[in-house]
Amino acid sequence: MAVVFWLAAAAAVILGIGVVVAPHPIHSAVALVGTLFALAALFLLQDAEFLAVVEVLVYAGAVMVLFLFVITLLTAGKEDVRDRLFWQSGGLPYQVALGGGLGVLLLALLADLFVRVLPIGPSPALTAPGWGSIKAFGQALFTRYLFPFEMTAVLLLVAVIGVVVLSRERASK
Amino acid sequence: MPITDYLMVSGILFVIGTVGVVVRRNPLLMFMSVELMWNAVNLTFITFARALQGLAGQVFVFLVVTVAAAEVAIGLAIIVMVFRNRKTVDVDEIHLMKG
Repeated sequence: MAVVFWLAAAAAVILGIGVVVAPHPIHSAVALVGTLFALAALFLLQDAEFLAVVEVLVYAGAVMVLFLFVITLLTAGKEDVRDRLFWQSGGLPYQVALGGGLGVLLLALLADLFVRVLPIGPSPALTAPGWGSIKAFGQALFTRYLFPFEMTAVLLLVAVIGVVVLSRERASK
Repeated sequence: MPITDYLMVSGILFVIGTVGVVVRRNPLLMFMSVELMWNAVNLTFITFARALQGLAGQVFVFLVVTVAAAEVAIGLAIIVMVFRNRKTVDVDEIHLMKG
């Protein structure tokens, strides 16, 4: 368990840094897919079976394919599509300073939090067998949390209509 | 594993995402950094759901994934529209709402 955890954690962090540092958007997208797989492994280690599958299917599958479509659409026919890297983002040193400063500050806050506030042990053993299984999750989703679940249908409908309206060619302009 | 380890991974990923949003100038890369932040928070939800043995955290992650999918669809449509009209997606050159 520990080996799997550290492998997945290291992969998630390293590939996460890759998302931010990679010069080409495609490389970032591939690194993000790797991060999502590592996160799915971390979900699985904590008995969240269904959500690990959702993470891979919906995120690494559907969402990232959408990203790759748009990346290829926007970079089609361009020779040099490299984004300015943050250490060479011309004329914007304050941006690098701000980003680095923000990162250091947030990491210091986190370190302080973990050292002083959160010395929590491992998660307790499961009291109810089958907790987090697809069956238990489905029962919770379709009984107690039915209303929020149905609201997601409305949200997705709004998103679909919004995308159609946004990407329609204006006929009279 | 102590749940602090999971929270640490989540926190580090969230910081990486935050720095990415501030530092990159390509809206697609900023978007991907935001996705990283969403997923860092998802990991925190799942960690506490496991520690407290309630399913509310897992259901919330499910809702977050749905919202993120909707957000990506709308956001990418907006980026494509901006690119169609302005032939660029560099956020430094797009300041229509600058006062």
